[in-house]
Amino acid sequence: MNFNLVLLMPEIALTSAAGLAILVDAFSPRGLSRRFLLWIAGGGIAISAALALRLLGTNTSAFNGAIAVDDYAVFFKLLFLAATLLVLLAADTFMEETRHRAEFVGLLLLATTGLMLLAAAMDLITLYISIEISSLSIAFLSAWDKRGLRSTEAGLKYFLLSAMSSAVLLYGMALLYGLTGHTRLDLIATQIGQGPNAALFLALAMLLAGFGFKVSAVPFQMWTPDVYEGAPLPITAFLSVASKAAGFAATVRVLQIALPTSQTDWTVLVAALAAATMTVGNIVALVQTNMKRMLAYSSIAQAGYVLVGVAAASQLGVSAVMFYLLAYTATNLAAFIACIAIFNLTDSEQIGDLRGLRWRSPWLAFALAVSLLSLAGLPPFVGFFAKLYVFWAAADRGLLWLVLVGVVNSAVSLYYYAQVIHDMYITGIGGGEPGVGDPVTTLGPRRPSPGLSTALTLAVIGVLVFGVLSGFFFGIGDVAARTVAR
Amino acid sequence: MPQELPPLYPISLQHGLLLGAALFSIGIAGALTRRNAITILMSIEVMLNGTIVTFVTFARYAPTADLAGQIFSIFIMTVAAAEAAVGLAIVIAVYRLRHTVSVDAVDTLQG
Repeated sequence: MNFNLVLLMPEIALTSAAGLAILVDAFSPRGLSRRFLLWIAGGGIAISAALALRLLGTNTSAFNGAIAVDDYAVFFKLLFLAATLLVLLAADTFMEETRHRAEFVGLLLLATTGLMLLAAAMDLITLYISIEISSLSIAFLSAWDKRGLRSTEAGLKYFLLSAMSSAVLLYGMALLYGLTGHTRLDLIATQIGQGPNAALFLALAMLLAGFGFKVSAVPFQMWTPDVYEGAPLPITAFLSVASKAAGFAATVRVLQIALPTSQTDWTVLVAALAAATMTVGNIVALVQTNMKRMLAYSSIAQAGYVLVGVAAASQLGVSAVMFYLLAYTATNLAAFIACIAIFNLTDSEQIGDLRGLRWRSPWLAFALAVSLLSLAGLPPFVGFFAKLYVFWAAADRGLLWLVLVGVVNSAVSLYYYAQVIHDMYITGIGGGEPGVGDPVTTLGPRRPSPGLSTALTLAVIGVLVFGVLSGFFFGIGDVAARTVAR
Repeated sequence: MPQELPPLYPISLQHGLLLGAALFSIGIAGALTRRNAITILMSIEVMLNGTIVTFVTFARYAPTADLAGQIFSIFIMTVAAAEAAVGLAIVIAVYRLRHTVSVDAVDTLQG
């Protein structure tokens, strides 16, 4: 028995910051200012990150084996904290306009806490509770604009589908518990025998369906475009990076620690999911005209590439997944934050309205172009190295057909990413300098707020630095992967 | 004095599992076919009840003496209550705007 609370301090710090924000706001007569809330949340995130860093190298488990405190968990905790900080900074215009901003900050921190626990869960009960902590918070955050038709619809769709998928996940957990008599992942592994087992296969399929919802893998991706389009943009950014990364963190941990003996079964299932996810995501993204929906399908396709690494099922595969998620978090955040800034300026989400952006906002156009090129996987940006490692890990395990599907898909994806860059850089109205009637030149003089600019700068620096130092960051992931992969 | 009778049909592992699977299947069928958001919410609760029955049955017949399955079912009930609160709040917000809770009518976002 180990009830050492020190091992849980990062989560406790973040929960305290969330409670503090909501309580102090409730008792202050005019409500807290955005700046003050940002200090509380930023302080909570900084303390939590410092406490998580201190646990590096501990590699133990807490609370009778229910929560792992290993380098793998710490890596993901730091990733989620960084992503939440950038989302909060990018949300400052949104927070200026919304009511109940203390609750917004509080729920965002609670959702992050749930995701941090999800990356550390070593017991099916912890896993389920942390999924629900994050899903319920995110459902509220998606429906934040309660007088908006689109936001409430996004919240309803996210809520209904997440509740249904977690019920399916639970039934899979129940079967796993019935087969082994344990809910702890490491003990489950000791009880599962070799050889084919229909009940185990069913349990595996149901677990993958539940996780597939969280990471928006095809065929569990139906909610993704609608929720991404309807939810407030900072929440969409959070959903597309932190929530997805946490889903992958939990999937890899469950598959590697609890089910290593049925690896041949789940490699086939995950590889099929990966191929379907990449292909559907990329093909549907080709025809999108709304920037948010295009990024939603692009994020589905990106989940497919990560699944290639999951299917590789080796230590190399796990470290490739971790590096991909690091790269994807920085890149996708940069893309979404650039979109927040652009939408604040133009009040339009259509890709066509980005025409001539380089004359109007050269910095925003550059940031969006860098992040899209990185998403497409072009060197020297980080997305290229991330794809390289993932495909390398899959090829190493003999999944050459999957690598082929992935490479073809990357080529397809270049078309729709390049289309946006073409619109921003080459097309003005009539093909030249933007003239009268160009949507971008008829804008008001609003500039991106300081928080938004800071967040965008940090994310773009992340894309460039992770790309240049990819060997170093892959090495970090490789060391951390040793704590889960065998 | 009435004396205690031996049970006619002792409840076996199979009985519990069948009940759990039946509840889960009824729930998933309802959640996929019904169009009223509140009915879908109720169907999801039935799915959760199916998993609870399965967990409790497995816990009764588990070779290990721990109570993990029973504890799990208590957690599921607690989370289901929280889920109902969140879900109904969102459904009320949708109803105020659209005066309907049919998911077919909630279609502003294409797809």
